Amino acid sequence: MGDLLHLTIDEAAAGLRRGDFTSAELTEAALARAEAVEPDIGSFILATPDEARAMAKAADARLKAGDAPLLCGIPGAIKDLICTRGVQTTAGSRILEGYRPIYDAEVIRRLKADGFVLVGKSNLDEFAMGSSCETSAYHLTRNPFALDCVPGGSSGGSATAVAADEAFFSLGTDTGGSIRQPASLCGVVGMKPTYGRVSRWGVIAMASSLDQVGPFARNVKDCATVLECLAGRDEHDSTSSPRPVPSYREACGQDVKGLRVGVPREYFIDGMEPAVEQAVRAAIAQLASLGAEPVEISLPHTDYALPTYYVIMPCEVSANLARFDGIRYGVPRPGGTMWEAYSNARGLGFGAEVKRRIMLGTYALSAGYHDAYYVRAQKVRTLIRDDFATAFETVDAVLCPASPTTAFPLGSKVEDPVTMYLSDVFTLAASLAGLPGMVVPCGFDENSKPIGLQLIGRHWEEATLFRLAYAFEQSTPWQLAANRQRIRIGGAR
Amino acid sequence: MQLSREEVTRIAWLARLALSEEETTRFAGQLSGVLAHVQRLAELNVDDIEPTAMAAEAEGNVVRADVPRPASPQDEILANAADTEAGAFRVRAILEETA
Repeated sequence: MGDLLHLTIDEAAAGLRRGDFTSAELTEAALARAEAVEPDIGSFILATPDEARAMAKAADARLKAGDAPLLCGIPGAIKDLICTRGVQTTAGSRILEGYRPIYDAEVIRRLKADGFVLVGKSNLDEFAMGSSCETSAYHLTRNPFALDCVPGGSSGGSATAVAADEAFFSLGTDTGGSIRQPASLCGVVGMKPTYGRVSRWGVIAMASSLDQVGPFARNVKDCATVLECLAGRDEHDSTSSPRPVPSYREACGQDVKGLRVGVPREYFIDGMEPAVEQAVRAAIAQLASLGAEPVEISLPHTDYALPTYYVIMPCEVSANLARFDGIRYGVPRPGGTMWEAYSNARGLGFGAEVKRRIMLGTYALSAGYHDAYYVRAQKVRTLIRDDFATAFETVDAVLCPASPTTAFPLGSKVEDPVTMYLSDVFTLAASLAGLPGMVVPCGFDENSKPIGLQLIGRHWEEATLFRLAYAFEQSTPWQLAANRQRIRIGGAR
Repeated sequence: MQLSREEVTRIAWLARLALSEEETTRFAGQLSGVLAHVQRLAELNVDDIEPTAMAAEAEGNVVRADVPRPASPQDEILANAADTEAGAFRVRAILEETA
């Protein structure tokens, strides 16, 4: 049944409708694959075989009745930051160990309405704070292409579940790069939609002016299929847009001739790995050969995205994580007074990176510092947003690397926060500007570790990114199953 | 920008985070490193720039109609709490009695 897991969602959907196999069989294949590779990879905090089998059974009944949506009966994995009714949701933190949400996130409601099959809750950096999955309080997740290396983060387990064929697609969240960077490091497709495109209702909040939910998949069209299911207005999230959702699937296959693509000189910097620059430049040349028109552009405040992000994000984190006190949910700890009990629950329940960010935000928002840090960072955010607005007057999309390096060794950055933060240097600016960003595989380094091309679009123009990414993918071999043979599961660590 | 251990202790109390001695020392160094990095924002002249609070114009940022609808059942809301009593969350006394 191994070959079933190499199908695209379209192929699997067709097979289910022809009766070549059932969702139950597809699901058993995914569960068997997970059982085989989890000891090496560690994608899931919680595998959910019981839920998966029940959902597959329901999907098969629906498929038999006809008129089922494309995602009906398709196994998917969900980042453990997204609430699933009755199924433990930890945010990768000890403080939420055993927490069972009493409602589904809006994105889960939508996937369930289409009949998807939940195979597991995937590992992440604690409360989505990290770039390597190493701040998870539960376990490490390993890159399937190099078991001694990180998968990226924070949605690391969502990326590896898809890369290692444990699921056909997965959901992640992206605040400063948490979908795009792990997609790049794990050789899969990932999409962070425009801020406001997908509801965050039921997604444990990190930095509310930045957080978005988006899909991972093994190819561009599968990614489009999942985003079409997720996108659209939800009255539970006041930032979600009532704009109609275009067909992202239809964008896949449209001609890219005449599309102007900006290549920002600030994204080709000293310190990036030569293999990354080479692969990204080759990808741009490939798109040019398909008819896109590359234009060199400048995004002059790029260099300030990192310090801007590391003021704004922790300020919002310190406010959002104030709710975790061990009383209504979460693991309580004793203390002499109520305040001491709070401090103990939080001090023992949160890991080091979460504490660092809460303290940074608390400090930056405290009396006497608010204007110097928070307000100043919000003003620089305007400059960064304006850089893109100017660029998008002349180009239709921006092309650049997703990460300055390929997957780095486990443990190599975890004790040095600023070095770790630099892993997201290419994804932060688009996040601050609220723009859609997509990653598509564009090659491998000399050690067979994947490299990703990042495409950034105008607000609400995800379709343009799908158009470019699909044209690129179809004309290159990087998404082919043959390239996933480079995965080194069960080999020497 | 060098944060002292005393400042770290004060911030941790504001954030209600109990820290060990070792954490207080380690965080003083690490937080100082991050603050030093973000000082770069002071290089820019932002006098005439308006702050941006949201990532994109919040198009959907309207309140919904205020109509009654079913809420989650009380027993479900309490199900994740460690300590409940008579259909409510049980917490420690907020006000202390004075002798």
